[in-house]
Amino acid sequence: MTSYHGQPVIKEPIWTWEIPCYFFTGGLAGASSALAHFAELQDNTELARRAWIVALASNATSPVLLTSDLGRPARFLNMLRMIKVTSPMSLGSWVLAANGVSAGIRVANMWAGVLPRTARVARTAAAYAGLPLATYTAALVSNTAIPVWHAARRELPFVFAAGAGLSAGAVGVIVTPPEHAKPARRLALASAPLELGLMKLMEHRLGELAEPYKQGTAASLARLSRACILGGSALLARRGGSSRGGAVAAGVLMSAGALAARWSVFKAGFQSAADPKYVVGPQRSAIEQGRRRGGARRQSRVAGADPSIGSPATTV
Amino acid sequence: MALQTHSWPSTYGERAKPRMGFFTDTSVCIGCKACEVACKEWNQIPMSIEGFTGKSYDNSVMLGADRWRHVAFVEQQVTDDPRENGGDLVRAAQVNGAMEEGVQTYQEGDGIRWLMASDVCKHCTDAACLDVCPTGALFRTEFGTVVVQEDICNGCGYCIPACPFGVLDRREDDGRVWKCTLCYDRLKDDKEPACAQACPTNSIQFGELSELRERAEHRLAQFQEAGQEKAQLYLADDEDGIHGAGAFFLLLDEPEVYGLPPDPVDSRHDLGSIWAAAGAAAVALGAGIAAAVFGGRR
Repeated sequence: MTSYHGQPVIKEPIWTWEIPCYFFTGGLAGASSALAHFAELQDNTELARRAWIVALASNATSPVLLTSDLGRPARFLNMLRMIKVTSPMSLGSWVLAANGVSAGIRVANMWAGVLPRTARVARTAAAYAGLPLATYTAALVSNTAIPVWHAARRELPFVFAAGAGLSAGAVGVIVTPPEHAKPARRLALASAPLELGLMKLMEHRLGELAEPYKQGTAASLARLSRACILGGSALLARRGGSSRGGAVAAGVLMSAGALAARWSVFKAGFQSAADPKYVVGPQRSAIEQGRRRGGARRQSRVAGADPSIGSPATTV
Repeated sequence: MALQTHSWPSTYGERAKPRMGFFTDTSVCIGCKACEVACKEWNQIPMSIEGFTGKSYDNSVMLGADRWRHVAFVEQQVTDDPRENGGDLVRAAQVNGAMEEGVQTYQEGDGIRWLMASDVCKHCTDAACLDVCPTGALFRTEFGTVVVQEDICNGCGYCIPACPFGVLDRREDDGRVWKCTLCYDRLKDDKEPACAQACPTNSIQFGELSELRERAEHRLAQFQEAGQEKAQLYLADDEDGIHGAGAFFLLLDEPEVYGLPPDPVDSRHDLGSIWAAAGAAAVALGAGIAAAVFGGRR
């Protein structure tokens, strides 16, 4: 395939370790909010209370991670300078803020008994802001020119949703005594195969573009995540209901697996941007197959050339 | 030729200026890099030395935060060289004719074709960088160009992987994103951009986009008449994946030869399906969590 001295066509992101960590904490905050809300509706206060604290803590960690990744951290408030539907990062900042504020109100009410009526609205708001909080990050990376992300735009949000469910379930299992943790266990055990299956489905649909998931750091992280999720699931299924220690170990493994899966997606994007073949290849074949016209045209739209107009020697 | 963008000229009303742009005619580029130097000087861009890269005479390699013009050097073995084709006198005559018409780009005598092209931010009609910028630091000027407001950019870096041309980048020690402004400051004073003014061969032509497009059609027709079938206009049409660019090019080979994407697309065109998938996934997550909590006994 033709390229310019093997140079990349697009730029790799400049995002650092904070971003995959945020994919994890954002998903955890979002899914934990929904878990807490539903548990509360079912009068499982032990699980609800803990899940609210997990949601608030991971939500509160998120802006710290995101701000630390900014080139100009002091300008972090510029993120809320406008509401822009064409920018998943803009909408996501608002969703993160909405989830954080409402989870904060819910937890404040839980601890201090303040704002009882607001808290009832807040818990619902936190839960329903939490769901898009868990998936918008997939929309964010899909809405780029990075082939392995953009071409997976239909699957990636579901991968992230499963990962968020897995994280919330796993952390819920860690912090909640087994007798109250059954919903969290079920969530973790149901999300785990979904996460693994959806990753596989995504790679399958990506075809040749999925190569970065089979090479380098992205592949190692994908393997690590599979091992952690499978091991954690087995442990949780066998010991999670009876042994607190077993449940904690399983929860830690599964959380690590969810984080590694986010990190694998993150790294695959870099590898996909670095090699021009992933950018040029699909674009060129779409043109050759007549599916796209491409950015260039060989036919002039004028019949006879008029050098007095077209020559570089004549001034504009 | 429709040249409207989403916010130009509509949001400017009477203050809108004609849409300005570059037509880079790479056939007359001599690789002098005066554009790179003039750009650096005028815009006070920090130095960025790549040294000897081994990529022909290219020592700036790719557009970035500290390179707003980049001259590409491509060395090609000419497959349709008349000497290689032996007795193909028709072909030889065509090449001679092309030389006389001023559309010949072969280096004399060595059978190597040397393609040079000055790359720049495309100032897309549908600009992905502008679409994804969460702070509004990137905006559409009254000239229809795309500019980063350095007092607003917080260096989130979203525009960097969003750009289908890899134009934008973050300046390490500064933390903000920088790119070609099409010399917004000079345009405001009715001056042409520094690179276009410095270009000694008029390879970089600056002007009203509608006028430049017309010129480009006549230039392309000249190449066709001279039998240069691979000559092509790049990003000159409203029908492409970015709905045309403010900076477009006459290329003598496929775009990827110059390091340009053959079919650049503003990913906003897929944003509907992206949001739909994210929404559906959020609903599925909610349903899943509800099922885990309510389904079955505690």
